[in-house]
Amino acid sequence: MDMNNSNVDISDEKLEASKSPTGWSIIWREILRDKVALISLIFLVLVVLFVYGISLILNQEEIVTVDLFAIHEPPSEEFLLGTDYGGRDIFGQLIIGTRNSLSIGILVTLMTGLIGIIYGLVAGYFGGTVDNIMMRILDFFLILPFLMVVIVFVAIVPKYSIISFSLIMTAFLWMGIARLIRSKALQEKELDYAQASKTLGSSNLKIMFTQVLPNLSSLIIVTMTLNLAANIGLESGLSFLGFGFPESTPSLGTLVSYATNPQTLESRWWIWLPASILILVLMLSINNVGQALKRATDARQRRG
Amino acid sequence: MWKFTVRRILIMIPQIFLLSILIFLMAQAMPGDALSGLIDPNLDPKEIAKMREKLGLNDEWYAQYIDWIKGAIQGDLGESFRFKMPVSELIEQRLINTFWLSVVTLIITYLIAIPLGITSGRFNDTWADRIITGYTYIGFATPVFIFALVMLWIFGFHYGWFPTTGSVKPGLEPGTFDYIVSKIYHMLLPAISLALITTVNTVQYLRSEIIDTKQRDFIITARAKGAPESRVYNRHILRNSLLPIAAFFGFEITGLIGGTIFVEQIFGYPGMGQLFYESILLRDYSVVTSVVLLFGIASILGALISDVILSLVDPRIRIK
Repeated sequence: MDMNNSNVDISDEKLEASKSPTGWSIIWREILRDKVALISLIFLVLVVLFVYGISLILNQEEIVTVDLFAIHEPPSEEFLLGTDYGGRDIFGQLIIGTRNSLSIGILVTLMTGLIGIIYGLVAGYFGGTVDNIMMRILDFFLILPFLMVVIVFVAIVPKYSIISFSLIMTAFLWMGIARLIRSKALQEKELDYAQASKTLGSSNLKIMFTQVLPNLSSLIIVTMTLNLAANIGLESGLSFLGFGFPESTPSLGTLVSYATNPQTLESRWWIWLPASILILVLMLSINNVGQALKRATDARQRRG
Repeated sequence: MWKFTVRRILIMIPQIFLLSILIFLMAQAMPGDALSGLIDPNLDPKEIAKMREKLGLNDEWYAQYIDWIKGAIQGDLGESFRFKMPVSELIEQRLINTFWLSVVTLIITYLIAIPLGITSGRFNDTWADRIITGYTYIGFATPVFIFALVMLWIFGFHYGWFPTTGSVKPGLEPGTFDYIVSKIYHMLLPAISLALITTVNTVQYLRSEIIDTKQRDFIITARAKGAPESRVYNRHILRNSLLPIAAFFGFEITGLIGGTIFVEQIFGYPGMGQLFYESILLRDYSVVTSVVLLFGIASILGALISDVILSLVDPRIRIK
């Protein structure tokens, strides 16, 4: 009661100052506090600009064309990072590979996010039998040996393309985010605002997508950032095994896969090492940003 | 306790059933069928048609499914197209290799995770903790295949400390002491590479678990009673923090399956992962389906083990 009374005579200016900061300003402050995350973010922005910018000029056809006069050239003026067994420029492949890996990582993350969010919201919001059945289905997907099932599907799909590859990956990767959203939605729907909205006669769809969903947005952003790193790792792993992109569209994993040839691994580091380091640094940077976002959404862990 | 376990086992039955249907459908979508492993190219097409009829390959799909599952339960997984031998015989040796590789990896995983997790949880925010957290941070972001390649490059090729391919030195008599030593020697580098990456989750989990437990009331009580610090850690905190780790044991099995495909491929280790990889490249599909079926069942069993241990450790799960 006391609090209410004293609030009355607070001037407008003070009220403005005591307002809780908005989500974006918290996130921004957290990233500024965390130097590692800041550097990672700058690095990521630069890589994205560079890779997408350069690949507008670069000709993919030209880079993946075999040149028998330039096989296994070490790094030189002409080939910044040397050439592979087909005489193809590694540096150009590295740029196109990074672009392809990033693109598919983002695509798969968005698609798994979309499916996972809808699935989790429906299961968590309705609860009861619906939830029970949906969770049993999810459990089943969760116990499948992911890598093997994806490889089998990649091998048997006719007219294999980048679209079908990302669809296959999505089909077996949506469960993590769905489970997370579901557990939050279960808690969220019991809260007063959701109950009140229900009493006022709002439709279930409206409560789910315009009222509960915005309250989960920070969780979704954090999870999807961390998923992006994981998906880039998975894609490059599958490409490494030869079940990702076809060789004519290089990915970072394709470059690393040349190292399965012992001679390349032993004495031609310029082929596989830069791509390996790039995957590692990309995943680390995305994780760093993700962790900073995670702290920003959890007041107990915040540094700022 | 028993009620929970029985109920949990009952859930497994539809899971295995669904898994077998999925794998059967995948097998149907693959080119070739059970016959392609046996076919002699000189055979007359009429004879082939007769054999197909006899083997039931023209039946409805559900009849074929029942035939297949009956065989699988009795250990008949079909014929390998590449090796012209029963898949079950082919798998046996590979399975043993992968089993031991997984055991060694798990042992190393826990040998790393427990001391690191305890140190970093007990002395949190010291330099030791910072180094360990830094390692888990990097390990979390490192894909297994890149780490394994770098390990092979450095310790296999550059220093030559470890063999770079195979599971045993050729020419040794199975069962002798040298044979076993050579087997372990070949397993060591793949297992260390895999363990150093997979252990990261356990270290992180153990650390936060210990930091959590440290602030509980019963620890304050133990300290207030005058229990020495070593007793507080060894008896009170560890007992509470290690049990959830034990429960993750089953899920580790699921995680290892993915790792073995990469590691066996990179280190040329003849196990199930490599068999799977080679078979799919050479379109030897009866082997592929068998390996996926076995690994799928292993994952289901792993989840079962974890849930049962969890229910032992945390009675709240049983009541729910």
